[in-house]
Amino acid sequence: MIEVEDVYFTYPNGVEALKGVSLKITSGEFVAIMGQNGAGKTTLVKHFNGLLKPTKGKVLVDDVDTRHVSVATLARKVGFVFQNPDHQLFSETVEDEISFALKNFGFDEKTIRDRVDWALNILDLTRYRKTSPFMLSGGERKRVALASVLAWDPKILILDEPSIGQDRNQKERLRQFILQMNHQGKTVVIVTHDIEFVAECEPRVILMANGKIVADGDAKSVLTDPDLIAKSWLLLPEITNVLLNLNDLGFPTNVMDVFEAGDLIIERTGWARK
Amino acid sequence: MSMFDGLKFRNISSPIHRIDPRAKFIYVLTFFIIAVFFNQLIPLLILFFSQIPLIIIAKVKKEWLRLIKGSSFFATIIFIMNVISLYFYSGYSSLASIIEQASAMTVRFIVLVESFSIFFLTTSPDMLGLSLEQIGIPYEFCFAFTTAIRFVPILAEEAQTIIDAQRARGLELEGENFMKRIRNYVPILIPLIVNAIRRSLELAEAMESRAWGATEKRTTLYMLKMERRDYCLILISALMLVASLYAWLFIKIPTMTQILNIQG
Repeated sequence: MIEVEDVYFTYPNGVEALKGVSLKITSGEFVAIMGQNGAGKTTLVKHFNGLLKPTKGKVLVDDVDTRHVSVATLARKVGFVFQNPDHQLFSETVEDEISFALKNFGFDEKTIRDRVDWALNILDLTRYRKTSPFMLSGGERKRVALASVLAWDPKILILDEPSIGQDRNQKERLRQFILQMNHQGKTVVIVTHDIEFVAECEPRVILMANGKIVADGDAKSVLTDPDLIAKSWLLLPEITNVLLNLNDLGFPTNVMDVFEAGDLIIERTGWARK
Repeated sequence: MSMFDGLKFRNISSPIHRIDPRAKFIYVLTFFIIAVFFNQLIPLLILFFSQIPLIIIAKVKKEWLRLIKGSSFFATIIFIMNVISLYFYSGYSSLASIIEQASAMTVRFIVLVESFSIFFLTTSPDMLGLSLEQIGIPYEFCFAFTTAIRFVPILAEEAQTIIDAQRARGLELEGENFMKRIRNYVPILIPLIVNAIRRSLELAEAMESRAWGATEKRTTLYMLKMERRDYCLILISALMLVASLYAWLFIKIPTMTQILNIQG
């Protein structure tokens, strides 16, 4: 469980990134933190594993105050995958890259081997075991970064902009994967401004703007609210927008699922399926 | 990074910012030469304090203070090294004069840092490149120079992100013994270097796609033109140089120890 209590954070250069944020993420939840660039999303999640300590207020992870423990201790529980895989890849082989954190945490050799095998397998990287991570494509590098964090099986998984630079297919696979992790009981927090991706995942959505939380609720109620979305400088999901424009024909404004929209259109128009 | 912040250009408007970089450079160079002339404490202190009004006019007091604070580490080392070497190699001096001489060397270092700081805080890299170009240095070198300066803060920011990413994977950077700590920096240095190389290759390609080096003679959007105030500054610099040369040759500068009449 992550509890954020009235947190303020100011960077050393004077930029006030968080201005009184409070929220609670319970175990096993799937949360998307959304907002425009510079809204404070990444700053907020960097508090979850202690990379940043609040200037005012406090953050508790499983009842432990993040100010009193090291990042390495918290990292055991909170896995954080950074936006750009090139900021962490350094090993000669993919295998070494994945075992790096496991060695840091002091796992024994057999566990390391098992965990590496498992992580390679689950992210479909086994054939790249002995390849240099620098030789892989962007999407594959991103998967290696994810595997290197998943390997130590953290209870809480934080993904910063996971869908950036991924094609449609990879995005779909990523979505399946995140949902699978969440079903297995992991708390998953994603930071993103990819509204289509979030609309498909349907997590709890926390909307941020100017260092404050402006909305917190289920995906449907937040993402289909034109005022809220405009206030946080995002754009509505495409399908919501389509039906919103057809509002005068009697279509509802709170749809964000493509299949639901299809059914509604059939129902309204009376077109019959063959 | 606090120290390098004191050398990073601040885009504010002030009379010092508007001075032609060439004139400003001559002024800074003059200060540099004068500081190297003198090794007595009193003239060096005068040099140090005479710069402060400029810093206030240029509105960069905060950055400048940060630089002085950042350089205090090196200043302390210089002071200690001087005290030690003066103590052993000029056995006849009194303790008071040893401390005075060591202080003089420390103040000299700070004056040098200070004058360069004024220059870099108030001169944009673009202007710097432009002035290099207009004194006839080939554009390739000017470009490499300004790009290098511009990339420093970007690299520093990137290094911080990499440190964060590796700490999130359980890397400890504090404590432990020295050799282990050095080894722990490998996961930070490799991504940093790889990214720097990748970025420079990308930059090169982007530049070439925008017709870098297509013509021999490049034109510029802004032309630097020396104005009256710039010539004035050069004149002041020259006078300062002559005056201090005179003082150096013909005036016997008393030491603090003599003024305060401390007996060693």
